[in-house]
Amino acid sequence: MHPIVRLVLQRVGLGLVLLLAVSVLIFLGTEALPGDVAQAILGQSATPESLANLREQLGLNVPATTRYFNWLWGILHGDLGTSLTNGSDIAADIGKRLGNTLFLAFWAAVIAVPLAIGLGLVAVRYRNRWPDRLISGMTLATISLPEFVVGYIVMYLLTVKVQLFSPIATISDGMTLGEKLYTIALPVLVLVLVVLAHMMRMTRAAILNVMQSAYIETAELKGLRPFKIIARHAFPNAIAPVVNVVMLNLAYLVVGVVVVEVVFVYPGMGQYLVDHVSKRDVPVVQACGLIFAAVYIGLNILADVISILANPRLRHPK
Amino acid sequence: MSRIPLSALIGLFLTGTFFFVAIFAQWLGPYGLNEIAGDVWEEPSRTFLLGTDTVGRDLLSRMIYGAQVTIFIATMATILSFVTGSILGFSAAVIGGWYDQVLSRLVDLFMSIPSLILALVILSVMQVSIPVLIIVMGLLDSTRVYRLARAVAVDIAVMDYVEAAKLRGEGTGWIIFREILPNALSPLVAELGLRFIFAVLFVSTLSFLGLGVQPPLADWGGIVKENKDGLVYGISAALLPAFAIAALAISVNLVADWVLNRTTSLKGGRGA
Repeated sequence: MHPIVRLVLQRVGLGLVLLLAVSVLIFLGTEALPGDVAQAILGQSATPESLANLREQLGLNVPATTRYFNWLWGILHGDLGTSLTNGSDIAADIGKRLGNTLFLAFWAAVIAVPLAIGLGLVAVRYRNRWPDRLISGMTLATISLPEFVVGYIVMYLLTVKVQLFSPIATISDGMTLGEKLYTIALPVLVLVLVVLAHMMRMTRAAILNVMQSAYIETAELKGLRPFKIIARHAFPNAIAPVVNVVMLNLAYLVVGVVVVEVVFVYPGMGQYLVDHVSKRDVPVVQACGLIFAAVYIGLNILADVISILANPRLRHPK
Repeated sequence: MSRIPLSALIGLFLTGTFFFVAIFAQWLGPYGLNEIAGDVWEEPSRTFLLGTDTVGRDLLSRMIYGAQVTIFIATMATILSFVTGSILGFSAAVIGGWYDQVLSRLVDLFMSIPSLILALVILSVMQVSIPVLIIVMGLLDSTRVYRLARAVAVDIAVMDYVEAAKLRGEGTGWIIFREILPNALSPLVAELGLRFIFAVLFVSTLSFLGLGVQPPLADWGGIVKENKDGLVYGISAALLPAFAIAALAISVNLVADWVLNRTTSLKGGRGA
């Protein structure tokens, strides 16, 4: 087998093992912690009978290991269980919301990634001059702000001060793509702001690292234009770290999405998760937690695989 | 110590002010935390310097009490994460072997899920209270401290003076606290600021989602949540705590940057 195929398979296999471990962790986190799920749902004033009933209904009288394997078996067959609060099928509920969330995250990524790389290149070109300083300053500011604060500042500026958008991003099936994009413009903008700074800063660092190589000096001495040196000579060699940065930030979008969806009342996974955490709907929380973790781990593995593929030394072993 | 850059001075001053306000909140707040003193969403005036909130409570007083709750939780969580993270990290580096392997893989596992998601999963079955919040946040964050502490301690554990201590017959406790801790202190102190900011942002986010500090207590994230509906009508009450969070984060960041620069400029990252 080609060594690179083996490496990639290894990473994917490791990821699957990790995901399995995460499912155990999520299960333990909700079922084995001190405290009783039934008690948590019904509150302190519950009668012993209603507690016993609920335990029976939740199947809490079966040993935890059996419950875990039943749960896992169900998930592998696409059955995420039923919600405690309204008895609906979780898989059906999540299906649509997951689509909405991915739609939001996709557009945020489409805008943020090229922008971050472009600005990173600009920052390198003018390093230690005002464009670089300005970019670094803005980075510090956005890193210090939690997502929901960025969300409300943007909302205040663009829906109240300048009435461009609606503060609520509710999308439905009947909308055309254009209408949908207009509706999600604000949440997308916030997500872009949240990941942009970090992505840009790390792109800058990755390219600056390459800029110290001897061949860059050669290119400079050859008299090439600075931008051409960065774009043609430095950037291709910085692809692996940059891809890594991009993927890590996309994984970070997973977290950002939870908060931003709540801010803009967007019907996605994040809002679904937060709603059901406060309702103590454990099966829904487990399912959502697992899906978020799977996306996060998946993106991390993808980053690993791409940086393996982008490394010529691994692609053409001696 | 002689020359402190201006940015660090500003950061120190602002951080100090925030902590001062947090500690003496009971004496500084002009009104009580839940005292309904005026009309709903009054404009800032002489009596209400920052206006009133969604049910007519004085916003300035709530901000001051909110500072106390936010900073208290963030500080306690940071302390907890540093104590557990660094003790586990140092001991993993000193003891090594299977102990190190088990701990490190466990930490890898915890870090493979975003903290917010894991916190939400755990908080869905716990009665949310301040001690629970502190423990959940502190332990989740201690994985980051563990990584750093272990990385630093692994380098120190191979030094001659550690070996000398081992040959002298000192126990693991001595080696961790008397040999490694003093030499690993400065990178950890630099990290402290960043972890504190993270804790502030984390608790604010949780409270904003309604899963953190519960009423009648209030923290900054919770105040944003209470007043967010006014924003659409042009009432900016929700932005005040938001700015407070940002100001605290930036000022601590300025101090942390300075500490980081100072410690890395010393050879080997040691000293003070």
